[in-house]
Amino acid sequence: MHYAILCYHDERVVEGWTKEEDDAVIAHRQIVQKKLAAEGKLGPVVRLMPTTAATTLRAGRETIVLDGPFAETKEQLLGLYIVDCATLEEAIEVARALKGDETSGTFEIRPLRVFRPGGPLPSLPA
Amino acid sequence: MSDLAGIDAALTSARPQVVGALLRYFRDLDRAEEAFQEACLRALRHWPQNGPPRDPAAWLIFVGRNAGLDTARRERRHEPLPPDDVISDLEDAEGEIAERLDSGHYRDDVLRLLFICCHPDLPATQQIALALRIVSGLTVKEIARAFLVSESAMEQRITRAKSRVAKAELPFETSGAVERAERLAAVAAMIYLVFNEGYSASGGSAHIRASLCEEAIRLARLLLRLFPAEPEIMGLTALLLLQHARAPARLDGEGAIVLLEDQDRGLWDRELIAEGHALVEKALRHRRAGPYQIQAAIAGVHAHAARFEETDWAEIDQLYALLENLQPSPVVSLNRAVAVAKLRGPAAGLEMIEPLAQRLAGYFHFFGVRGALLMQLGRNEEARAAFDRAIALAHTPAEAAHIRLHLDRLIKDSKPA
Repeated sequence: MHYAILCYHDERVVEGWTKEEDDAVIAHRQIVQKKLAAEGKLGPVVRLMPTTAATTLRAGRETIVLDGPFAETKEQLLGLYIVDCATLEEAIEVARALKGDETSGTFEIRPLRVFRPGGPLPSLPA
Repeated sequence: MSDLAGIDAALTSARPQVVGALLRYFRDLDRAEEAFQEACLRALRHWPQNGPPRDPAAWLIFVGRNAGLDTARRERRHEPLPPDDVISDLEDAEGEIAERLDSGHYRDDVLRLLFICCHPDLPATQQIALALRIVSGLTVKEIARAFLVSESAMEQRITRAKSRVAKAELPFETSGAVERAERLAAVAAMIYLVFNEGYSASGGSAHIRASLCEEAIRLARLLLRLFPAEPEIMGLTALLLLQHARAPARLDGEGAIVLLEDQDRGLWDRELIAEGHALVEKALRHRRAGPYQIQAAIAGVHAHAARFEETDWAEIDQLYALLENLQPSPVVSLNRAVAVAKLRGPAAGLEMIEPLAQRLAGYFHFFGVRGALLMQLGRNEEARAAFDRAIALAHTPAEAAHIRLHLDRLIKDSKPA
């Protein structure tokens, strides 16, 4: 089984960490990552930019593009894509294409702060 | 991270929201601050035992409000403060407040707290000190160190600023759209002042100065979280991130200024630059250009160049032209002249700055730029006069030392080999 492990924290608190504190947390996690990588169990590792860098595309009768993160609690995180786009505009267009003609659902577009593709993991049967 | 460090971080990040809410409640800055202090003390006693609450800010507002009310009652009756288990039922703290925080006050609370630091009667240094004290929660000692003054002098400065603010009419009604926009602009300018205080390195250790810049970035992000669709707040945040990204390369081992052209670009913080770029891009989608966005875009052009020689001066010239148009100022024209000199040679740059001489007669950078352009044109005597003037106007030893370096070069060049 493949698992996604999603990291949640109050970003205002994390932003308040000194560089040393932030580095200490990352250093610990890298030890774990190294072990997983050696065992061939590590896929992509991502650190997101703060929510202030986010843009949200919301489907509806009309599709709207909003500044800021996805903030509703009545919808749940169901999947994610990592795409390489030259501009924000291009990323928004990708989200629009993924949405297709659905009239509900939300796509939050959040730039990555750190990206390590990791080793290839076996595909799951479709 | 230890429990206590974690609690400390949670208290610091909750501070603007909690003090803002307590200020709305008590309408008195000192009382709000005292109540916040009291709530923090109780948090330090309760959280390690019971674990932190789900919503630390809501807990602190509830407990702070009760503590403040109890203090007021005690003052009337001259009685000691009752113990924790009598003062308030801490277990109930979350339920009641969850609903209060939803009421949409939050944004106005924090904006008001930031706004009272921007009172037009307060000189810039007092605005900065007040913001660092009441919004960021830095201690008087820390602020005094950043400004290189004694603790008692800083204490006085903050007390004076507070009493001035207290006499002013504080706006407690929920603000309308126009007032909100005005407040937002004032607060953005104040945050930029905090950043510049750290950035302009007017003495103090590099470490302390950097923490002022980081504090300004935190305030900018706080504001952007409250107003996520304001392109100028995106621009402000981006500008601070892009400028701060260069901090590791701006001073050499001895604390001397390293010019942009000589900086080791490998030392620039690529993550901050990427975030700055992302915010500029977001802002530009709104097609409502403003001074912060344009300045951020200029910083972005510099950050984009892998080497100084690859800087897109034409783009920078155009951006400064746009800024001149939006916000005419001799300082902007001076900066544009630097870009023009790179594009079309020192004579063209010099021609642009001559008309500014009168208005910038007391401005260090004017004479620094003028001297450098004259030097490039081989007009060494005039260059020397300009550099002498710059040294006389320098605010910091680092600025003066930098100009002296130019002078030394001139003297060396004028001596027969």
